[in-house]
Amino acid sequence: MNVYDKPKYLVAGDSAVVVEFGNAIDPTANNLVNQLMLNIENKRPDGVLDMVPSYRSLMIYYDPLINSFEQLVNQLKEIKGLDNDFSKREFRTVEIPTLYGGEMGPDLSFVAEHNELSIEQVIEIHSGAEYRVYMLGFSPGFPYLGGMPESIETPRLSSPRTLIPAGSVGIAEKQTGIYPNASPGGWRLIGKTPIKLFDPEAYPPALLQPGDHVKFVPIDEETFDKLKTSFNGD
Amino acid sequence: MTEFEVLEPGLLTTIQDLGRRYHQVYGVPVSGAMDGYASRIANNLLCNDAGDAVLEITLIGPKLRFHGDSVIALAGADLAPRINGKPVETWKVLKVPANGVLTFDGPLKGTRVYQAVPGGIGTPLVMDSRSTYMGARLGGLHGRSLKQGDVLTGRTDNSLVSPIGTSVPIEHIPEILKNPQVRTLMGPQDDAFTENGISTFLSSTYTVSQLSDRVGYRLEGPAIEHKYGADILSDGIPFGAIQVSGNGQPVVLMADRGVTGGYTKIGVVITADIWKIAQALPGDQIKFVSTNYADAVKAISDWEETIGIVRDLAIADRADKIRSGSGVRIMAEGEYIEVFDDDGVQIATKENITGNSLKTRRMFKATVSDETYTFDIDIEKSA
Repeated sequence: MNVYDKPKYLVAGDSAVVVEFGNAIDPTANNLVNQLMLNIENKRPDGVLDMVPSYRSLMIYYDPLINSFEQLVNQLKEIKGLDNDFSKREFRTVEIPTLYGGEMGPDLSFVAEHNELSIEQVIEIHSGAEYRVYMLGFSPGFPYLGGMPESIETPRLSSPRTLIPAGSVGIAEKQTGIYPNASPGGWRLIGKTPIKLFDPEAYPPALLQPGDHVKFVPIDEETFDKLKTSFNGD
Repeated sequence: MTEFEVLEPGLLTTIQDLGRRYHQVYGVPVSGAMDGYASRIANNLLCNDAGDAVLEITLIGPKLRFHGDSVIALAGADLAPRINGKPVETWKVLKVPANGVLTFDGPLKGTRVYQAVPGGIGTPLVMDSRSTYMGARLGGLHGRSLKQGDVLTGRTDNSLVSPIGTSVPIEHIPEILKNPQVRTLMGPQDDAFTENGISTFLSSTYTVSQLSDRVGYRLEGPAIEHKYGADILSDGIPFGAIQVSGNGQPVVLMADRGVTGGYTKIGVVITADIWKIAQALPGDQIKFVSTNYADAVKAISDWEETIGIVRDLAIADRADKIRSGSGVRIMAEGEYIEVFDDDGVQIATKENITGNSLKTRRMFKATVSDETYTFDIDIEKSA
């Protein structure tokens, strides 16, 4: 069972509570996480300092001198089901223009070989699916995407690359993701997007939000260069 | 204004405040001071706001030259500070004369010392915080640690602060030990460990590894046994979370921790003891002790009391400094009125009292209300 009958309220130290709705990557559990977050933003229970939504749980930072764990949990139970039904929200679909293969995606041929597919088939499968943003984490703006077809699952690199350029699109096991910032990493790189996923000067700073849907759109080199110029024009 | 130039940057000197809140949803780590108590006390000593930006100085301190007559406060580790070659105390408001140089001999006790300047360090806010997160080059000064030639300034006039010499009473200075007991609340995934695993964790001593930084403190010791493995679906990581990955070794996750992570967390260090980890050095021996929620919260309120004592003391010292009256009189509807600043210190009197504090204090902030309006007043005397 992916979603619990009743959410679990877990002590995560003296200043955070975790509200856990299930134990799997599941859109229903994730909707409940985001719904609770919206309700907290609207109702603003006393002492809440910050929130971290993830696949199946919401971590809430609070000031225990204002509201104890027990008091906070009681308030959370009251506001949990109020107002926003996140699952009925209209999900935004964000298109991620992606240049597949070549220098931008050095592991594309490995992904193809590993899955006994042609390079074109991998591109078709990867860009044909619609993905859901379950959460952001790992690094600023990094989306954890669910919904990648099993036919292109590929293991991680055995030793991670020391520097992966920002915008790289990769595959690791069942997941696909986009590196918003240059960083080390062990994902198989299949392409790169010229658009910015994270900009500290923008509000919100991350292009993608939990609950968004994502589609990768294959582009050629010329389009990549054109988009790259327009995004770095500032 | 206090303005200083970096002659040598030291090992790792960064600008930090209380951290970057409300951006974890975008995957942005909180960052902020590792030892939140020492950084807040440094600010309180100067009557700054708790959230003002300070320098976090790590092990090998920087060499800083101050341009004009300056005031700073130091709190945290004892890195043997000197001003113009003369040893000075930590946990104290210090005067640095024009062109004076602040240096540090090296660590005597602890790892991190915080340097506050009047009004806090004036770098731009990035996502509502001045904290440096080097992992994505955000905040602070261009998202990096300080380097030679950088120039930083405080945000307010030096005359607004408490007098030189204001210090934290000795009984309120926390003692930094090489073998601290660190109180821990078990969970949120303590049920992922065997009984053996839990008892290993609570009965063993763990050594701080060289691979410890602002992201996390890696510890070495007896392996902690899982029931079915170390992986969980990634979820939020609180400050001080003790994560145990597949090798059974604990890592205490600190200020620059990722927002989420996919390993089991056996416990979380209580807020009041996180500073003990922040001040630990490689080779130090950590002993985790299980505690309960009520005691953890009590420990926070004890700390808050201490911080409040330091703040009241600094404000009282400042009030003494300007007790004789600011020399300012404010007239409302033909009568002189009494005006108190935001900390309750009287800055304008009905009678005409002239004090010598005119020389030390030029700027005042106050709020005055009548039945209809509230006025925020900024008073600046011309030089």
